[in-house]
Amino acid sequence: MSQRVDFRLTDDQRALRAGVRELLEGRFPRERLRAAVDGGPPVVDRALWRELGGAGFFALRLREADGGVGLGLPEAVLAFEEAGRALLPGPLVATHLAAGVVEGAAEGRAVVTALDTAGDGVGVGDGAGALVEHLASADAVLAIGAPGDGDVEALPAAGLARAARPVRSVDPATPLHRVPNPDRVPHPDRVPHPGRVACPGRLAASARPAGPRSAGRYRREAVLLTAALQLGSAARTVEMAVRHARERFQFGRPIGAFQAVQHLCAGMLVRAETARSVVYAAAVTEDAGEVAAAKLLADEAAVHNARDCLQVHGGMGFTWEADVHLHLKRAWVRAEQWQRAADAEEELAAGLLRFGA
Amino acid sequence: MDLDCTEAEEDFRRRLRAWLAEVLPKLPDPPDPADWPARRAYDCGWQRMLYDAGYAGLHWPEDAGGQGATPTQHLIFLEETERAGAPYVGANFVGLLHAGPTIAAEGDAEQRARWLPPILRGDEVWCQGFSEPEAGSDLASLRTRAVRDGDSYVVTGSKIWTSHAEVADWCELLVRTAPAGDGAPPHRGISWLAMPMDAPGVTVRPLRTLAGTAEFAEVFLDEVRVPVAHRIGAENDGWRVTMVTLSFERGTAFVGEVVACRRVLAALAREAKAGGRWDDPVLRRRLGRLAAEFAALWRLTQWNVSEAQRAGGVPGTGGSVFKLRYSHARQELYDAAAEVLGAGALDAGHPWVADRLSSLSYTIAAGTSQIQHNIVAERILGLPKGR
Repeated sequence: MSQRVDFRLTDDQRALRAGVRELLEGRFPRERLRAAVDGGPPVVDRALWRELGGAGFFALRLREADGGVGLGLPEAVLAFEEAGRALLPGPLVATHLAAGVVEGAAEGRAVVTALDTAGDGVGVGDGAGALVEHLASADAVLAIGAPGDGDVEALPAAGLARAARPVRSVDPATPLHRVPNPDRVPHPDRVPHPGRVACPGRLAASARPAGPRSAGRYRREAVLLTAALQLGSAARTVEMAVRHARERFQFGRPIGAFQAVQHLCAGMLVRAETARSVVYAAAVTEDAGEVAAAKLLADEAAVHNARDCLQVHGGMGFTWEADVHLHLKRAWVRAEQWQRAADAEEELAAGLLRFGA
Repeated sequence: MDLDCTEAEEDFRRRLRAWLAEVLPKLPDPPDPADWPARRAYDCGWQRMLYDAGYAGLHWPEDAGGQGATPTQHLIFLEETERAGAPYVGANFVGLLHAGPTIAAEGDAEQRARWLPPILRGDEVWCQGFSEPEAGSDLASLRTRAVRDGDSYVVTGSKIWTSHAEVADWCELLVRTAPAGDGAPPHRGISWLAMPMDAPGVTVRPLRTLAGTAEFAEVFLDEVRVPVAHRIGAENDGWRVTMVTLSFERGTAFVGEVVACRRVLAALAREAKAGGRWDDPVLRRRLGRLAAEFAALWRLTQWNVSEAQRAGGVPGTGGSVFKLRYSHARQELYDAAAEVLGAGALDAGHPWVADRLSSLSYTIAAGTSQIQHNIVAERILGLPKGR
């Protein structure tokens, strides 16, 4: 009997998800998250980065012949969902995209962050420059241009870092630098990253025999994988809220017995599961409109679920000690990355005029 | 994760498309919405065409006269018929989606032989007698009483929100056969009866809704005699029997509507473009957000169908998640339509305005959004039973 149009995960996909979850629970337990938040200035944990590389997190979609795992976007989405769930810090999306392009990224030996040169990127403001995460920890920066005919370049991080200025990041686990428009970065720093050549049109052609990926494709994958991180966070905050609602007693009963609290939690689940359906589907179709829908709804789910989770936690949720604010702040950062709500909505609106035309 | 259809499913889609292209032009004009007998004749004529072409009861089991199609094929059927602009299930909704599947699942051989074939052929129309004036969301508190008298039940009470009551032959009726109270849970003591609508003592009164139309009716029952042989399932076991149909209601019932909503949304965008409103980024973004919403709802539907496939055809709790999101999105869609129409939104004759009015029932019918939140909280999230 045929059973297609099937959202069910295959056994291999299930195993992959369980494997990533187990790895992160073992190597990035809550104490590590708290240490990253409460310790000194957050840096990317290179040992963990290499371990993620060893587990295939970054090389997941490289062909086996090129030393990769040979899987596709659906599997990458599952892995990133787990990373989002664990609030794993670091430029995960950029390093994953740089696998096979920047030397050492696939194995987790290099930390690669990204610069969105197509607009104001993560940050807001006219000509103030884009915000780049984890720049001080990074070896290279993947600069991705406009969706249409923009360039993709790998730049050494050091040069950009010298021209950049640190920002007091709202997310304590995601340091941000404001980087001036790359055109204004002094020329000598714009040499390609040592190792594989990365310049427009022949981007690591040797590593990707399928042909060079356009800036639009990089961007679309970045949007989707960021949505997957958001989805993981949105699902995690549902669990956190439900657990707290079961354990916290007021008026002689668990607060989860009050409908007002129940309905907050139910609404959170609806957001997470609605986002999940379109994130998973977009991983299969890679359709630009569906990817935009995935980002829009996953951003909304992550941000609003974190807000409602905070509300369910009451006064405790307002403390630094509770983890809820970390989900909210990371969700804010990711919502600004790659495709913001306004851009996703405009893309979807344009798609409506093409619908059935 | 796999969104492709199998070759057999694609073949099914191709054959269905070809058939629709052939027969739809031959259909008579749709009847006046206020003319119930004409609506019945039109809907039943369409059902007969489906029957003759082998598409009746697609999702019903084969031993009930259905086609035993997979949920995916059923999804394709709903998608393609909507795309082609085929008639809706209309007057046959209750028979095909509630009463029929219930009788197929819970009826004995004689009952199945009596009631299922006429539903599939479009010969007999069913209505639903569940809700009562005092039993809405709290359906188990229903009071319509059935007292055993020899081979019959004598039924007295009233039902409300009954669609197609004026033209129905049968009513799937929930009655109380044992009193509530004495500490017994209220859903014990309910039985499921097939009541002939022409039985003495049945009075139907049209119920005018805020849309100005009479899509529903009240049904008053005054000592109506219903043979005991018309009971489906055991006496006092009607609640369990009913839950089978209610879960169907939240499964694939909205597939065609989601497809239709996506079409309406695209039409809204074209209308806004033609009328110059498209230059307003606030409106554009609002429509773009709705596009994301319905894209996700479509995928959520497929997901639920996929889950139903795994569970052997019975849709699961994912239906509540879908219904909550969909009923809200449908209202948002028609609010956006009103913005596109501007002052034209005050013309109740415009189809979008009529749909805007009817969309107001979506967060209420088949379990209010508040009840759906309770279901999600208690049954899916496992929160303690609340008050």
